[in-house]
Amino acid sequence: MEMLYSAKPLAAILVSFFVVPIIFSSRSENVREAWTFVAAILKFAIVLSMLPFVLKGGQIAYTLVEVLPGLAIEFKVDAFGMLFALVSSSLWIVTSMYSIGYMRSLNEHGQTRYYACFALSLSATLGVAFAGNLFTLYLFYEMLSFATYPLVTHHQDQEARSSGRKYITYILGASIGLVLPAMLVIYSQTGTFEFAPQGFMNGHFSQPATAVLLLMFVFGFAKAGVMPFHSWLPAAMVAPTPVSALLHAVAVVKVGVFCVARVITGVFGTKMLASIGLGTLVCYVASFTIIVSSMIALSQDGLKRRLAFSTIGQLSYIILGIALLSPSGMTGGMLHIAMHAFGKITLFFCAGAIFAASGIKNVSQMVGIGRRMPYTMTAFLLGSLSVIGLPPLGGFISKWNLVIGTLESGQIFFLFVLLASSLMNAAYFLPISYKAFFCTDEEAMFEKKVDEVPTWCLIPLCMTATCSVIFFFYPQPFLQLAKLAVATIIGAPMP
Amino acid sequence: MTQHFPALLIIIPLLSALLVSAMGWIDRRWCFPLAVASLAGALAVSIGLAAHVMAAGPIVYKMAGWRPPIGIVYVIDYLNAPVLVVILAVALLNLISAKVWIEKDFEDKMGAYLGLYLLFLSGMVGIVATGDAFNLYVLLEIGSLTGYALIGLGKERAPLSSLNYLFMGTIGASFYLLGIGYIYIATGTLNMADIALLVPQLEGSGTLFLALIICMAGLFVKMALFPLHGWLPNAYSNAPSASAGLIAPLTTKVMIYAMVRVGLTVFTPAFTFARPLLSEAIVWLAIAAIVSGSLLALMQRRLSRMFTYIIVAEVGYMVGGFWLGNKAGVTGATLHIINDAAMTLTLFMAVSAIIWKLGSDKFEDLQGLFGKMPFTMIGFVIAALAVIGIPPTCGFFSKWYLITGGINAGQWGFVAALLFSSLVNAVLFFRIFEIAFFEPFAEGHGHHDHGPVFNEAPVTMVAPLLIAALSLIALGLYTGDIVTKLIQLALPAGIA
Repeated sequence: MEMLYSAKPLAAILVSFFVVPIIFSSRSENVREAWTFVAAILKFAIVLSMLPFVLKGGQIAYTLVEVLPGLAIEFKVDAFGMLFALVSSSLWIVTSMYSIGYMRSLNEHGQTRYYACFALSLSATLGVAFAGNLFTLYLFYEMLSFATYPLVTHHQDQEARSSGRKYITYILGASIGLVLPAMLVIYSQTGTFEFAPQGFMNGHFSQPATAVLLLMFVFGFAKAGVMPFHSWLPAAMVAPTPVSALLHAVAVVKVGVFCVARVITGVFGTKMLASIGLGTLVCYVASFTIIVSSMIALSQDGLKRRLAFSTIGQLSYIILGIALLSPSGMTGGMLHIAMHAFGKITLFFCAGAIFAASGIKNVSQMVGIGRRMPYTMTAFLLGSLSVIGLPPLGGFISKWNLVIGTLESGQIFFLFVLLASSLMNAAYFLPISYKAFFCTDEEAMFEKKVDEVPTWCLIPLCMTATCSVIFFFYPQPFLQLAKLAVATIIGAPMP
Repeated sequence: MTQHFPALLIIIPLLSALLVSAMGWIDRRWCFPLAVASLAGALAVSIGLAAHVMAAGPIVYKMAGWRPPIGIVYVIDYLNAPVLVVILAVALLNLISAKVWIEKDFEDKMGAYLGLYLLFLSGMVGIVATGDAFNLYVLLEIGSLTGYALIGLGKERAPLSSLNYLFMGTIGASFYLLGIGYIYIATGTLNMADIALLVPQLEGSGTLFLALIICMAGLFVKMALFPLHGWLPNAYSNAPSASAGLIAPLTTKVMIYAMVRVGLTVFTPAFTFARPLLSEAIVWLAIAAIVSGSLLALMQRRLSRMFTYIIVAEVGYMVGGFWLGNKAGVTGATLHIINDAAMTLTLFMAVSAIIWKLGSDKFEDLQGLFGKMPFTMIGFVIAALAVIGIPPTCGFFSKWYLITGGINAGQWGFVAALLFSSLVNAVLFFRIFEIAFFEPFAEGHGHHDHGPVFNEAPVTMVAPLLIAALSLIALGLYTGDIVTKLIQLALPAGIA
């Protein structure tokens, strides 16, 4: 494997970090937002510039500082990290655009703090994506928890306060209470944290100990929303919608599953887990979350809450895919990070657009809204189709791979989990679109005419919806990256 | 010139203490610059010494040329060189930060106050630098007596708290002195290195064992190890802000240093850790300290009082880590002396800036503080992260060593206590963040644009605070160097 030493990963992480003081010192709104864009585009460009090399099967490494032997702040860009970095950095640009439309049209307070924390969060997200060892991963994971707290509690009212408390209690409590001790135990036995294609725990722990450690990670990375550590996510929906969109459909929650996936592949090793049958254990945990969260989503009337529970289920798809430990399963899981991100962010954008234009938050009040906001609701339909996993949308590709994965590993039970969940996804998404478009004039619930949202809001959601369609026909580079990552893990020749 | 640096370390604060108090009668304007200059000088000397130790090994300085074991020696080695630098840096930063307080509270007693400040410091520096067990007691009393005065100068209940501290402190110091007496009976010498040479021949000596226990008990009182911590919260939280920022980071940490010094290089690890029952009992005492300190901190409604109970818990960290008796544990305890001093300093400087502006540190008065004092709060947040133990701040790495020590020793109670305390600290500080982040709830669901008015503390407070906060990250990133180039070289061969 080709190895390149370059500070580019660090640059990609720091771009948004350095823009924070500039954002704070900007006097005018336009200058402030311009800098956000500069940082977002620059970040995306740096990530993109590393793509060709990674696609050729290379890795880009950079060690910032070695604090203790084996305990270094170290970055390594591989195919899996690249996939995640591409998704989050590209969606930051779109979200910034959406933020301008949303925050200004609602005349929100504290926008400077908002943009600064957003930039910080993206730094942390890329830090997780490019982390070369478990310590670096943990460092940026925690940094993300702190950077997102002011975003979640943005409204600074009583509700935001209690939700913020719940958010930080779950996230921080789980990471300090479960992940940290697991890390310490592993380090004291193995003396290393370096991710390896087949993990580095082989032979150091007995089967029960390995099972306990594995579950400590799966639950401890509470950002992944595995039940029972999920209830911070619906609570965090008090945040302004762009925050929910980027952070709670893409960056934060995907950081959680990314960490779980990294630990399963890079620390434990798929062969070791398969040989002692622990992958299946995680599969059952994930399946439980998938089914239960889908059932809860069915009963939610608040649109954002319904989306939140849908997200919880979809996150466990990814964990399920990885834990199947079969090539297609892992490919599907990794791919789902990208596909679900584009689909779900569209849905959140639409939810925000509806709220900004009409002040409506509940599904039951959205009867006939498709007539007033045709573009938004069309995008919503596309997004929900992608999340359900129907062609011709990107979500189909990842779900297809997941389904193949269950067959490959011979665990038919999980096939039915996936199918049942897809049905439920359809059951909680499609009625929204149906009611939005098909209703009699008497049923339509809008007294006054609602216009489409500001153009700044409309363009991003159309873009992400279009992307979801495009990815069905042309799923590159995500598919190739996922396949590359899986090939590295199972030791197959490069595809 | 370099050869006299160890002496200069004590003499600079000692002489300038006299000079500054004399200057108080002549021209008060000169007192403060003089004190700052002398501390800066001493800090430079300590840095020079540390560099010399790292390059050329330990230095033994014979006071007035008398040879040991008759004369008193000062020893600068891998163990105390970094501690000395930290003590003087803490004192200097706190002095600058406390400038406005000193000018306000002690306007007419400026010379006397600064004299005490410097005298206290010469005591602290002496305790750390001395190579003589009895001399350590003398300097301990210098540090303690000035400490009582520095605390007693405060308003309202400060003199009473100081009196309490005085009673307890005197008992602790007397115990230590008694222990030294027993050592002298058993070995006939007071020089630390000399005692260490004789200890292996006295392995079964009951006198020496009694000496160990009594010395340690004395030090435990002085460092406020649970359940002997009763004097600490009142003394530190009622002290004047200028004194609290000096005494809170230094006293307990210097006493921990004394414990490490006496345990490792006087009694030698082979003797100190020879009785598993004793070590085990002390570790459980430390666990009790961590748990009860954390829980008591949860019950406080004032910042400074909350911090004092965090100190009680942190003392448990270090005592427990040391008495694990293994390499990771002792390393962690020693590293935490440095890190905790820096963390506590940052916290107390932040609270002193907050009290300066708000006139109170009660929780309910902290609303909207992120908007009012953003720079102070940046420092406060970094310090909080360090206390919770979030990487890359230094608090993470010392906790890392301590927990590793616990795992290696199979002492799961200690591991659980440390994790519990991290979680409680997270709750403690997030409670503050929450109060400071949320303003008094406004009408209109938060959609208002008039935030709290920017009202930051003076730059002489904010600048040292931010320097200290950044040092928490720097200390974290340089943990590897501190450990491999200093602390691990300081550990005697007897520790596995």
